[in-house]
Amino acid sequence: MSCQCGNATPADRAKFEELGKYISSLPIAENPSRSRGFLIQTLHRAQSMFGYLPEEVQKFVAAELKISPADVYGVISFYSFFTDKPLGRHKINVCTGTACFVKGAGKVLEEFKRRLGVSEGETTADGRFFLGALRCVGACSLAPVVMVDDRVYGNMTAEKVADVLAQIAD
Amino acid sequence: MKINLKINDQPVSVDSGCTILEAAEKLEIKIPTLCHFTMDCFNVEHRSGSCRVCVVEVKGRPNLAPACCTPVVEGMEVRTNTLRAINARRTILDLLLSNHPKDCLTCPKNLECQLQALAQEMGLHHLLYKGEQSTFNKDLSSFAIARDLDKCIMCRRCETACNKVQTVGVLSGVNRGFRAVVAPAGMKRLADTECVFCGQCVQACPVGALSEIDYKYPVWRALNDASKTVIVQTAPAVRVAIGECFGMEPGAVSTGKMVTALRMLGFDKVFDTDFAADLTIMEETTELIDRVTKNHDLPILTSCCPGWVKFLEHQFPELIYMPSSAKSPQQMFGAIAKSYYAEKIGVKPEDLIVVSVMPCLAKKYEAARPEFAPNGVRDVDIVISTRELADMIREAGIQFEELEDGVYDSPLGESTGAAVIFGATGGVLEAALRTAADWIAGQDVREIDFKAVRGMAGIKEATVNVGGIELRAAVCSGLGNARKLLEKIERGEANYHAIEIMACPGGCINGGGQPYHHGDTSRLEKRMAALYRADAGLPIRKSHQNPDIIKLYEEFLGEPGSHAAHKLLHTAYIDRKNG
Amino acid sequence: MNIKTPEALAKMAGVLKSRPKPPVQILVSVGTCGLAAGAGAVLKSIYDEIVERRLENAVEVVEVGCMGLCYAEPVIMLNDRRSGKRLIYGDVTPQQVPAIIAAGTDSIAAGTRTIERSWYYPEFEKPEPGELQARIVLRNTGRLNPEKLEQYIENDGYTALAKALTTMTPQQVIDTILASGLRGRGGGGFPTGRKWQFAAAQPAGEKFIICNADEGDPGAFMDRAVLEGDPHSVLEAMAIGGYAIGANTGVIYIRAEYPLAVRRLENAIGQAREAGLLGKNLFGSGFDFDIQIKFGAGAFVCGEETALIHSIEGMRGEPTVKPPFPAVEGLWKRPTVVNNVETFACVAAIIRKGAEWFKSLGTTGSPGTKVFALAGKISKVGLAEVPMGTTLRDIIYRIGDGIRDGRQFKAVQTGGPSGGCITAKNLDLPIDYEALKSIGSMMGSGGMIVMDEDDCMVNIAKFFLEFTLDESCGKCTPCRIGNRRLFEMLEEITDGRGTLETIEKLKALSAIIKDTALCGLGQTSPNPVLSTLANFPDEYIAHVKEGRCPAGVCQKLIHFDISDRCVGCGLCLKNCPVNAISGEKRQRHTIDQSKCIKCGVCFRVCKFHAVDKK
Ligand SMILES: Cc1cc2nc3c(=O)[nH]c(=O)nc-3n(C[C@H](O)[C@H](O)[C@H](O)COP(=O)(O)O)c2cc1C
Ligand code: SF4
Ligand code: SF4
Ligand code: SF4
Ligand code: SF4
Ligand code: SF4
Ligand code: SF4
Ligand code: SF4
Ligand code: SF4
Ligand code: FES
Ligand code: FES
Ligand code: FES
Repeated sequence: MSCQCGNATPADRAKFEELGKYISSLPIAENPSRSRGFLIQTLHRAQSMFGYLPEEVQKFVAAELKISPADVYGVISFYSFFTDKPLGRHKINVCTGTACFVKGAGKVLEEFKRRLGVSEGETTADGRFFLGALRCVGACSLAPVVMVDDRVYGNMTAEKVADVLAQIAD
Repeated sequence: MKINLKINDQPVSVDSGCTILEAAEKLEIKIPTLCHFTMDCFNVEHRSGSCRVCVVEVKGRPNLAPACCTPVVEGMEVRTNTLRAINARRTILDLLLSNHPKDCLTCPKNLECQLQALAQEMGLHHLLYKGEQSTFNKDLSSFAIARDLDKCIMCRRCETACNKVQTVGVLSGVNRGFRAVVAPAGMKRLADTECVFCGQCVQACPVGALSEIDYKYPVWRALNDASKTVIVQTAPAVRVAIGECFGMEPGAVSTGKMVTALRMLGFDKVFDTDFAADLTIMEETTELIDRVTKNHDLPILTSCCPGWVKFLEHQFPELIYMPSSAKSPQQMFGAIAKSYYAEKIGVKPEDLIVVSVMPCLAKKYEAARPEFAPNGVRDVDIVISTRELADMIREAGIQFEELEDGVYDSPLGESTGAAVIFGATGGVLEAALRTAADWIAGQDVREIDFKAVRGMAGIKEATVNVGGIELRAAVCSGLGNARKLLEKIERGEANYHAIEIMACPGGCINGGGQPYHHGDTSRLEKRMAALYRADAGLPIRKSHQNPDIIKLYEEFLGEPGSHAAHKLLHTAYIDRKNG
Repeated sequence: MNIKTPEALAKMAGVLKSRPKPPVQILVSVGTCGLAAGAGAVLKSIYDEIVERRLENAVEVVEVGCMGLCYAEPVIMLNDRRSGKRLIYGDVTPQQVPAIIAAGTDSIAAGTRTIERSWYYPEFEKPEPGELQARIVLRNTGRLNPEKLEQYIENDGYTALAKALTTMTPQQVIDTILASGLRGRGGGGFPTGRKWQFAAAQPAGEKFIICNADEGDPGAFMDRAVLEGDPHSVLEAMAIGGYAIGANTGVIYIRAEYPLAVRRLENAIGQAREAGLLGKNLFGSGFDFDIQIKFGAGAFVCGEETALIHSIEGMRGEPTVKPPFPAVEGLWKRPTVVNNVETFACVAAIIRKGAEWFKSLGTTGSPGTKVFALAGKISKVGLAEVPMGTTLRDIIYRIGDGIRDGRQFKAVQTGGPSGGCITAKNLDLPIDYEALKSIGSMMGSGGMIVMDEDDCMVNIAKFFLEFTLDESCGKCTPCRIGNRRLFEMLEEITDGRGTLETIEKLKALSAIIKDTALCGLGQTSPNPVLSTLANFPDEYIAHVKEGRCPAGVCQKLIHFDISDRCVGCGLCLKNCPVNAISGEKRQRHTIDQSKCIKCGVCFRVCKFHAVDKK
């Protein structure tokens, strides 16, 4: 089955197809009653393809794994990695783990909020930046740490925020 | 294996695997509970251990134990009312109330609410904790079920009802932490989901978070509108349950009092859905015999339960050719009332208001399905539940228990024993078999009690000899059971001629609009027994022998399955796979 | 390569060991934080330099996992096989590389920082006298290339599995682990042997063994270090555990925040399968074992074992009431053992060297070693593995080199959000599971966050509660609503709205949450509150009675003023983000309190200490 909403773009349709292929590559048939065990990895895959998990994708995954859309949504809304809203082109995540907190992550986060004019968990109006918080990326020695997309900035301070923002390409 | 333990110093011996709560029950020691929910006769147990109001002290255990889900062990010493346990319980309740609107006075579950009852029992008159409260939007989108999630206490009982018992799977816990709540996918409104409005979640919900959409006021308005003729129909299962709202014994048959009360409320005519149930049997049995003798489109599935019909439309659209095309009794009644009866009394259909009193919340939705409003006039205008009728009777100051028995009006008030048992699982099939046996055999068959299809079991099977034909029949209540059976059919593993399906476990006696049973299923058993008692006590017990039905066909419809009958009494189903 | 017998394994190890090796070995630490600190560029520069100087045969470069010297990343180590000399450089820049290579191990390259402490002990080496660290868990981490199975095999890899499968019965394996006294390193400290025994005692049939690599405690990163630095040791141990309990399937549940660890694990599993060390009929014993990886998706509570199991099953990570314990009814309702990464990392060594050897380290109640992740206001952030029973003082001052910037030690939080803070008075306590509990904290995963006088303990408690609030699954009342109320009360205190009654309510509610919550998260979430209340009552009192935050942290309770020390340099004016400061050049400046957002920038930038924080 592919997208059911009927108004998907060709690019979307290709993604649905790819996601479908991924799901059919999973060893679900070995034990169909455990199909749900593949849900989280499938959602990871879907989110990496679509950038987020729109309703159609949720329904698609639900149908393929034979679970209810409510259950899929229940899972998505539980785990902080998953989002059903599109995020900004660049994801800025301030680590607010303990090590970073005691080294002043709060001030860094405040400064990002102030400069971007958004709260934690929001995307700027121009769609460029998503600002979020993470709980420890395991680079505590560089605390406080900020992740911008896949890049880690260590030893951050509020004063460095402007620099970091300036370094991000459009 | 028996396990010996002591609760509040009293020794007790219970089976291993028992919980502290069950052991305490044996000693008649009451431990408060909130999230724990059982429906014994359906083997349903919801044991999330999440509310924590049932905590007790267990010697040697570092923290308090939730009684509802802590298994007993040999030599255990439990104390239910130490200061530590009492403090903890009160604090838990205090916390729940700190995130609760506490507007009992206007709450639909007022006086039926377990949270309220608990606060009362614990004498919790001062609250210590205050703070942020949840603010979810109320969902009043459907015709049937109202959700007010600010009152949700996250017991998750509704989830068990919807997902495990009914397997509709509309609900799930969403979000986490303080924002956690139970909701459909995408926080959608119930009207936009696959919810079938069976109302089992409403029965399960201990608080006012889930309730019915209330139509009492529209009924009052209609009753007080001089330009309208207002008639009412009462479903079979209402009469054996409504008494409970007035403190009568469960299983009391209060048909007569109910009729009197309805008349006192001001209905112009008080009719019986049972009449339409007999009509349904006429049409459905005709179809059954046709399909069986011609051996096509088997099995035939019953279609009188709108919850089940919607379930089929969403979940098994490839099977929509299977159910009988006969409308449900409620809708047949409406259709006949707005045509035959309206004509008879010389009232325009739009000036005739048909009110239903139903054990059911799905009936509210059914009445609003567009196909049941030919020319824009709804066949059934307003549907209220058993509970809402009880409220109206109370509001009108009527002393229900004291009322004299009244009798239904004619011509849509006459009915048979076959119709009464529609209210319990197995009843529709039994009623159809009674008529089928006679019709096939061409005589008045004496043996009419088909006991194999009675009782609370979720799936019942019977092979019955009707007039020389071996009919393989199944009866199924609860949508989870229906799913199992339908999947078997799809896999070609089951081979029946006729199947009755009711959405609610046990049938309409356990409808979403019935008096709350709070998990006490002995009440349902009593309601069921009452229906069969009523059936046994009636002079006519076969639908086709109902004189008013015979007259209706003579005067108006011709014969069962006729063109006129099809136009008024049959319907078609919709593939709702994609919403 | 397909290793079918212990002999084949031994033979292969022998061949690998006797292979001629370049005289100089350079280890480069390429863990997550090393890479974040710039190890990638350093590595490239090393390779360039080797090519440039045609040293391909003289120098062996090994990309290793975390060396534990996180504070000095990027770190490289030079090892001269001829002389046995080793030299460690920290804070290496690509520019320094040529000089470092040129200097070799004979002299120290100019303009670099070397690190003197000899930092690792393969388990067979006895630590030198006076050395605090002893390495079992991290025996290979930072020493081997985690992406090369041969290096693991060369260092006794998979010999424990071979030994268990071919010379021991499952019960003997369990008995050895029982005798070693190994306790779960995931936090609870439950004896691993007993857990295995429970699961083994369940009727035969499908069983599972799970490696808990969720490592949710922020500030703890030892599991990541092991997975990135020595993945095979975990795979080997899981197979041993699987054999002991009768499980043929292992599952590693790893948090999605650790992509590098995932890659290394996937790689290791692939290699082990190819070598016949995972799969069917291992070492000809008839025992089949394979491992799958499952991912978390950002939920701390999924570290709790029942929640973790639900998460693997594709559900919301909500814990369920125990009993039934996973050992009886776990993944897919089958008997399941869940163990922590570090626990597994001890197993192969114990099987190889025996229970007595393991017990010779550590304390009677808590044998073996423990890895601690030192972070916060400590000079040397990193990983330290020490025998149980080492004192906090030794860990913080001798390994961690005390408090940064010469500040005063105030407290150390152990056990993460479930733990408590420990004050100076307990610094000399030899720590193990019981000792930490007795002072109101817990071992937890081994994260140690050091705090100094600039940290407000009420604010710290609030921080931990905020974490709990975010991470609570929301299932049970005391945690879902109770912790919210605790947080609100702490907020009242840090905002200056609290009273003595607030403090009493905090205590009472904390006790009840601990007593009634469903899972470990809620049962321990009030610990930071209770322990800060117990250890720093004066700080709480100062907030509620005097409206004062002694550490000068709580924004609502502080304000900034410019004193007469101001020389009017204008630096603060330039830096204030909200233009709250005004003043003429060379005149004393002033702060408009109505505009000030108390960010503290002026306080930090003023070179004349003219800004007062009150
Ligand atoms: C809230 C919570 C979070 C936990 N997080 C982890 C974790 O991240 N890693 C871990 O190994 N154990 C964690 N645990 C402990 C596990 O539940 C479990 O006890 C442990 O994995 C068992 O392994 P062990 O016996 O080897 O310690 C956590 C427990 C709780 C209550
Ligand atoms: S749900 Fe119960 S406690 Fe809450 S307002 Fe309604 S009746 Fe009162
Ligand atoms: S019970 Fe109390 S609050 Fe409720 S209506 Fe009566 S007086 Fe008012
Ligand atoms: S009414 Fe029935 S189908 Fe709808 S949510 Fe409730 S239980 Fe589920
Ligand atoms: S809606 Fe009702 S039944 Fe469902 S979780 Fe909330 S309180 Fe419980
Ligand atoms: S079984 Fe009866 S009460 Fe339940 S949904 Fe069907 S018709 Fe309504
Ligand atoms: S204590 Fe917290 S995390 Fe644990 S079950 Fe309860 S709500 Fe969930
Ligand atoms: S504390 Fe911040 S906002 Fe206030 S005056 Fe100083 S720099 Fe400006
Ligand atoms: S930075 Fe210091 S000295 Fe300079 S203007 Fe500000 S307060 Fe005065
Ligand atoms: S706490 Fe921020 S990286 Fe660990
Ligand atoms: S009734 Fe036991 S936890 Fe809710
Ligand atoms: S060197 Fe990075 S974790 Fe230690």
